[in-house]
Amino acid sequence: MGLRGDAAIVGVAEWKPERRPTREPMFSFEQYAELAKEALDDAGIGVNEVNGLCTTGVRESSMFAPATLSEYMGKPVNFAEHVDLGGASSAGMIWRAAAAIELGLCDVVVCATPAGPTPQPPGGPVNPGYLGASSGAFGSPQAEFDIPYGNLAQNCGYAQIAQRYAAEFGYDERALAKIAVDQRTNACAYPPAFFHGQPITVDDVLNSPMIADPLHLLEIVMPCSGGAAVVVASRERALRGNHRPAFLTGFGEHLAFKTPSYAEDLVRTPMKPAADKAFEMAGVARSEIDAAQLYDCYTITVLLALEDMGFCEKGDGARFVNEHDLTYAGDFPLNTNGGQLSFGQPGMSGGMSHVTEGARQIMGRGDANQLGRCDTVLVLNNGGIMSEQVALILRGE
Amino acid sequence: MEKPLPVPTPQTQPFWDALAEGRVELQHCADCERYIYYPRTHCPGCLTRDLEWRELSGNGVVHTYTVARRPTAPPWSEDLPQLIAVVELDEGPRLTTELVNVDPDAIEVGMRVQPVFQAVGEATLLLYEPA
Repeated sequence: MGLRGDAAIVGVAEWKPERRPTREPMFSFEQYAELAKEALDDAGIGVNEVNGLCTTGVRESSMFAPATLSEYMGKPVNFAEHVDLGGASSAGMIWRAAAAIELGLCDVVVCATPAGPTPQPPGGPVNPGYLGASSGAFGSPQAEFDIPYGNLAQNCGYAQIAQRYAAEFGYDERALAKIAVDQRTNACAYPPAFFHGQPITVDDVLNSPMIADPLHLLEIVMPCSGGAAVVVASRERALRGNHRPAFLTGFGEHLAFKTPSYAEDLVRTPMKPAADKAFEMAGVARSEIDAAQLYDCYTITVLLALEDMGFCEKGDGARFVNEHDLTYAGDFPLNTNGGQLSFGQPGMSGGMSHVTEGARQIMGRGDANQLGRCDTVLVLNNGGIMSEQVALILRGE
Repeated sequence: MEKPLPVPTPQTQPFWDALAEGRVELQHCADCERYIYYPRTHCPGCLTRDLEWRELSGNGVVHTYTVARRPTAPPWSEDLPQLIAVVELDEGPRLTTELVNVDPDAIEVGMRVQPVFQAVGEATLLLYEPA
């Protein structure tokens, strides 16, 4: 059961993260088309070869997102998915695309996550938007039982998870800070990263303002604009492309709750079943991973991923971090583009940045951050507040 | 900016009515032998609709918390720090709440807490303080 490994990422496009966007504002379906064209050009695949597409929500069309995109781009497709897994949507798109290709439905699938500036309607934005990913709709459990207590947005939930972790296992704040520091070192070797050229120390992290105990400012992603796309193609098409293909040989997906208050266990996360399935499907051992691209909305997310994805025992994450060099030059290369903490989090494209970086490393197209040898990459995308998890194993042949 | 308040639904109305009278009532599933939070139509184990409302002490322990030094959203910008917690009731369920009448530095995971029934406009929120 599982994938045969006959579909691969063959092209990538990624817009440089910006805090104050300089890019021309475009509606999100226009950005999708732009990103698709760039990724197809990168792959050496013609636009008329596209016969599948995956997307997250399209801002201008809350329903019928895939049909909106197919119509706008003039691309009839045999396979279309609207993936709604929050920050895990990007990895969720990749395995769905690969599965559709292996089933013979299609052979070139675009997966894009536009996150650039959009034109504002006359008179300005319609709603304040502070609810973010939380639902304020009548009948929504969040609206009734969480939001009235101020439990909304992301910081609070991740801080509560970190606090619970501290109570169960202890909390080495310098180890948590080191995750951000090592990733910043990676960003300093990757010019497109937002924080390129701005190295930090553990003390910088711990001296940055406390936002929600125990999370400091420099342990939290910075929202920005950007966007990314990848092209997933069949083995046959991949081998005629421009780059060394990054074949998808395993994946896992798991989710169990939306708000962590209702999670059965806050610190033993749905990452574990997702990772176990991905490794089993790929037939790959943890020790074979050349680079780990792990969703890092917060430092605590990475710590829990190292434990729950099986790189160390539960509760041993801090020791693992302290004993390993997590930089591109180190013995456990982690988030080699700087991760979202230092590359930036361009909205829903944040998750895709782990996919693009994993593919670039296998293709051998990194910058100064390129690993000497990179055949096997683990990607983790995490959605909501540790709720949706998708793991991917990418392999070069 | 006004804080958003809960709007009861036909399924959840008994919960909010009890809070307004200073009591905590939750649904109980006899088959699964569990209390359920938040109130709903179907048991989140066996999906039965055969649930019984029962009164609880409302007491519990802090399962986790955070001290939010920056507002989680604009309506709380004048209300810092926010002490947002998950409380585990003695009968099992966990709920989202805010802690009151406590020094932020004194909060600990595992600390015993009791309900504070806080009327706000038309609603009564279930807050917690040290027991």
